[in-house]
Amino acid sequence: MTSTDLDPEVRDLLVTAAHPADLDLARLHTRLAAAAEVTGVLDVAYRTLDTPVGTLLLAATERGLLRVAFAAEDHDAVLASIAARISPRILHAPVRLDDAARQLGEYFERRRQAFDLPLDLSRSTGVRRALLGQLRAIEYGRTASYAAIAVAAGSPRAVRAVGSACATNPLPVVVPCHRVVRSDGTIGQYLGGTDAKRTLLRLESAA
Amino acid sequence: MTVQEPFELVVARHGGTVLRVCRAVLGPVDADDAWSATFLSALVAYPQLAPDSNVEAWLVTIAHRKAIDHTRATSRRAVPVDVLPERAASPGADARDLDLWSALAALPTKQRQVVAYHHLGGLAYAQVADLLGGTAVAARRAGADGIATLRRTYGATASASNSRRQQ
Repeated sequence: MTSTDLDPEVRDLLVTAAHPADLDLARLHTRLAAAAEVTGVLDVAYRTLDTPVGTLLLAATERGLLRVAFAAEDHDAVLASIAARISPRILHAPVRLDDAARQLGEYFERRRQAFDLPLDLSRSTGVRRALLGQLRAIEYGRTASYAAIAVAAGSPRAVRAVGSACATNPLPVVVPCHRVVRSDGTIGQYLGGTDAKRTLLRLESAA
Repeated sequence: MTVQEPFELVVARHGGTVLRVCRAVLGPVDADDAWSATFLSALVAYPQLAPDSNVEAWLVTIAHRKAIDHTRATSRRAVPVDVLPERAASPGADARDLDLWSALAALPTKQRQVVAYHHLGGLAYAQVADLLGGTAVAARRAGADGIATLRRTYGATASASNSRRQQ
């Protein structure tokens, strides 16, 4: 764009006068997201959800829930990373995440103990994928040690791999890595912060 | 591998400009369809867009094609009616905006397009000429004529309503 040949006065006159109301753009955005969904060109839909552990980012492909991210992970950075690794065809499109948001809401109100959602785990492969499966098997209100998960996965010496699978869990809360604690009974690290981990464990134990 | 930002940011950054361009070319009512068609097309093509592209110019170019499609489709559908329907005002547009759209609608097509794509959409005259045919010089002249007319028709209304607001 060669801004030198724009008459700034004229441009200001037109642009400030012709400023489309934000309401109009919000309405058009909703329409665009719906059209993109129907025509199958929306690779990743996302929304945010306010919870007792802060605002969560939820993102889903057409296959299922792809990512749950804590505010501490920086939602903009998470979306940028999805754009780079999966597809930049990303829109704020809450409808695809209605079910996930509803079930998470019920979980935080202690009205739900297990999630019944399609998950897109296609980006996790091999050992990591198997470990995520082990994590999903830990029941609501229970905890397991990193060592016990390693044994359950058939690799007793893979304690560090369990820690790493938890630290890189793409679906925290839904895949309950918060239920994995240290063998000495201390809480251990959590990608949403230890306060969030404590909140989740307290919520489940009170049920 | 080129890294592109999420398309959501493209809509947030350029949605307003594209809507102004569509409204200037088609009027406030038909602009919504052109805006939607523009961003849907852009979403499909976005992963293939060259990384150093001027995204806004790319969107304005798509908007121009969608405006042409829309005008063609409308003229195909058009049937003679006894009474012309009144044009519905777009929600949220105040009287001053409507004055601008009427003033733009009264311009000859070429002048209106140059004002839309250059003054509102930020394309250089050379890019406008590529879209509309003719030369950059002719585009500049059409734009200048259009702006001169707008200064007489809309500019008078705008400054009048500004001075009213300031009182």
